[in-house]
Amino acid sequence: MKVVVAVKRVADPNVKVRALADGSGVDLANVKMTMNPFDEIAVEEAVRLKEAGHATEIVVVSVGPEKSAETLRTALAMGADRGLLVRSDAVVEPLAVAKILKAVAETEKPDLIIVGKQAIDDDANQTGQMLAALLGWGQGTFASKIAIGGAAIEVTREVDGGLQTVNLPLPALVTADLRLNEPRYASLPNIMKAKKKPIDEKTPADYGVAVEPRLTVVRVHEPATRKAGIKVGSVAELVDKLRTEAGVL
Amino acid sequence: MTILVLAEHQDTQLDEATAKAVSAAGRMGGDVHVLVAGSGCGAAAEAAARLEGVAKVLLADDPSLANRLAEPVAALVVSLAGGYDALLAPSTTSGKNIMPRVAALLDVMQISDVIAVEGPDLFQRPIYAGNVIQTVRSTDARKVLTVRVSSFPAAAVTAATRPIEAAAISADPARSSFVRSELSGSERPELTGARIVVSGGRALASAENFETVLAPLADRLGAAIGASRAAVDAGYVSNDLQVGQTGKIIAPDLYIACGISGAIQHLAGMKDSKVIVAINKDPEAPIFQVADYGLVADLFEAVPEFHATVAEKMRA
Ligand SMILES: Cc1cc2nc3c(=O)[nH]c(=O)nc-3n(C[C@@H](O)[C@H](O)[C@H](O)COP(=O)(O)OP(=O)(O)OC[C@H]3O[C@@H](n4cnc5c(N)ncnc54)[C@H](O)[C@@H]3O)c2cc1C
Ligand SMILES: Cc1cc2nc3c(=O)[nH]c(=O)nc-3n(C[C@H](O)[C@H](O)[C@H](O)COP(=O)(O)OP(=O)(O)OC[C@H]3O[C@@H](n4cnc5c(N)ncnc54)[C@H](O)[C@@H]3O)c2cc1C
Repeated sequence: MKVVVAVKRVADPNVKVRALADGSGVDLANVKMTMNPFDEIAVEEAVRLKEAGHATEIVVVSVGPEKSAETLRTALAMGADRGLLVRSDAVVEPLAVAKILKAVAETEKPDLIIVGKQAIDDDANQTGQMLAALLGWGQGTFASKIAIGGAAIEVTREVDGGLQTVNLPLPALVTADLRLNEPRYASLPNIMKAKKKPIDEKTPADYGVAVEPRLTVVRVHEPATRKAGIKVGSVAELVDKLRTEAGVL
Repeated sequence: MTILVLAEHQDTQLDEATAKAVSAAGRMGGDVHVLVAGSGCGAAAEAAARLEGVAKVLLADDPSLANRLAEPVAALVVSLAGGYDALLAPSTTSGKNIMPRVAALLDVMQISDVIAVEGPDLFQRPIYAGNVIQTVRSTDARKVLTVRVSSFPAAAVTAATRPIEAAAISADPARSSFVRSELSGSERPELTGARIVVSGGRALASAENFETVLAPLADRLGAAIGASRAAVDAGYVSNDLQVGQTGKIIAPDLYIACGISGAIQHLAGMKDSKVIVAINKDPEAPIFQVADYGLVADLFEAVPEFHATVAEKMRA
């Protein structure tokens, strides 16, 4: 079984990103960049499928600027076999990313595609679903568990009321949620080995995909920040304030 | 302009998320129709027909739509899309599962998790865990969006009822089948609609402590229980109680955070609460930066005392 995993380079989740003063975008200058945490989980799951003998090859794909190659290297160091960078310095929205990944899927012909459930920068939570739709495949979103059984995959999904399990004929698409696994740290020897693994480079135009955005960002601003309130000295004071001052009890 | 709202419901019952999505749709201007797709979901359709601002309800009642799997529901919505200028769903896990699929099939770029409608094609949405708000204009002829329910009031329920029409059922793409669901089902109020939420973090240290330390206070206050990711990952409570960027986004009147540090991903899920209380033994915990009332204390002492004090005051 061949597995394709999509990985996105994003600002480190521990960084508090700020809006630019002129409202034109966010300030990413000098911000530490890393692999989207959900994509680390997606890569880890693919590597585990390979270790369990289900997967034979793992191809990792990233759409983005040249530096996204670093993100691919990280995935290769975790255990993916080869990388594909679809280079674009312009903004690529989820719909266009999905179209590019669809074209990649048509050449690579994977049995399974795993992507993160959402990228922690734009929080769009849509690329995987869009890709599944464009391919006409079934989707197992927000996955906390997957089980391969013959020509199908069973996916347990985290939903508002608890868990839902669906069965999807392969090929299928899975989006990884936080509790699918705990991603490994790449070991030094594997980081060295990853340097020799191939990364192919293409452009959206190679796949005939137009990346012009459909959404125009009119303005970017920071929400009103909450002011820290007061510290109370005791539980009695807390309950009293909640009753008389805040009126919520 | 005519807008189709995809209802969130449990077949026999309509969820409040639908009423909130209807009010968000109303702000775009134009007629609002509601699509109730499910199996044996006539009661939910009847409830939708009583929502203020709704002109008509479409009922798609078919066994293939039971459990609302994304593939058949998206196919249905796409088959109806021709009659609409905008398609909208609440950003529940169901809405998030289905709508991007609809958007891609219509070649539309979805606008996710809208928190404010500024016009028929102008919307605000949070990015970077809500640290930044983006205002975007959609250039697509037809709009597809999901709306954050905690940002919109619920449409009122009226005595008058609107017409319910049967929708033609489209063929199931047969790319998925339902196996089972394990719903946590609790007697407590639902997290997303609760007026008060008592939330626990890693500091609770066990599932038992959630039940013996946190639950009595929650039950006394008629509150829902929430949790940080750390508490869910450790298995103290089920996944559907996670509050945060990647869990549920809520805005109750009162949020009581017990033994939660206040990571940005957690704050993303609760910082719009009206009043925030933090109980944490570390005076430097970032949660205190957003709390209206902070108590530096060991939660294992403070929470039972909180419960006892409230019990006494409520009796008085
Ligand atoms: C005007 C404008 C300006 C923007 N500016 C920036 C900017 O400065 N910096 C920035 O980072 N983004 C920017 N964006 C957003 C942007 O590039 C896309 O919207 C983004 O790539 C997709 O959104 P998402 O990652 O939230 O998607 P999601 O649907 O949340 O992503 C889910 C999953 O899809 C996969 N995936 C998504 N994108 C890629 C990718 N590029 N390559 C491989 N896999 C992927 C990953 O597995 C990911 O976990 C901007 C958008 C607009 C419209
Ligand atoms: C991609 C991504 C997505 C994430 N999504 C979410 C999300 O949706 N929701 C979420 O919550 N987190 C999320 N996180 C995790 C988040 O970054 C934090 O790790 C998490 O919120 C920490 O949980 P916590 O506050 O319970 O634990 P900790 O950070 O360990 O804090 C425990 C707190 O308890 C206090 N404490 C300890 N003992 C006591 C005691 N006896 N009495 C009182 N106080 C005590 C400590 O002082 C400390 O402040 C995400 C992280 C990533 C990378």
